[in-house]
Amino acid sequence: MMLVFGVAVVINRNPVASALSLVVSFLALAALFMSLDAYFIGIIQVLVYAGAIMVLFLFIIMLLDLRAEELRKINWVASAGGLAVALALMVQIFAVVGRFSLAKQTFPSLARSTSDDVHRIGLLLFDNYNLPFQIIGVVILVATIGAVMLSRRETR
Amino acid sequence: MVTLGDYLIVSGILFTIGFAGVMVRRNIIIILMALELMLNAANLSLVAFSRFHVDPSGAPNYNAQVFVFFVITVAAAEVAVGLAIVVALFRLRRTTHVEDITSLKF
Repeated sequence: MMLVFGVAVVINRNPVASALSLVVSFLALAALFMSLDAYFIGIIQVLVYAGAIMVLFLFIIMLLDLRAEELRKINWVASAGGLAVALALMVQIFAVVGRFSLAKQTFPSLARSTSDDVHRIGLLLFDNYNLPFQIIGVVILVATIGAVMLSRRETR
Repeated sequence: MVTLGDYLIVSGILFTIGFAGVMVRRNIIIILMALELMLNAANLSLVAFSRFHVDPSGAPNYNAQVFVFFVITVAAAEVAVGLAIVVALFRLRRTTHVEDITSLKF
């Protein structure tokens, strides 16, 4: 289902329908994370991607008032070239995964529950990864200031 | 049973969809969405490897999940800046079509 809606993101001509397909695709991906016992990442995925980022996308699409682009002719040569490169990439990924011996093993069972993974990730984040965590904070601050500066109208 | 390879294949297909989206679509906003798909494909394989590598205490390897957390954070920042650039560009040129924006083309 995630892959179907992922394809729908790319082939939809109407940007709003495309964005809504992306929401469904991210929700399905969060379900996959849950099936891998990564509850914290699954919840973050729903909150940040399906919530915040997609609201931002829909807001921008509606702010810019984009219509479905039906006037344009599709550049068939460029599209075929892009699809060919993407297909080559997929064949390569399949080949690599097919030769990867670990890929045929099933997942080992967990000796302990992962329902406390917020606790574990939090400890790791503030202990081993404290410096990257603070750098990420600065990155977000810079991104926020940059976004405000870019979207500001010239008032002089 | 589900193997590690199944998750890697799904992740690879998702990445390919995103890559095809970047290559084929000509609308900047759709291209940004396809970029998000590619980042999420990388996240999926990271989480699959995290679950695959069980450490002696019997818990999955949480280092990968911390890394996924960082990727999600950076992706959020990137989307904010990218959409701000799109809005500024739309104000200037009234278009979100990449073939209309050729000022830097030699």
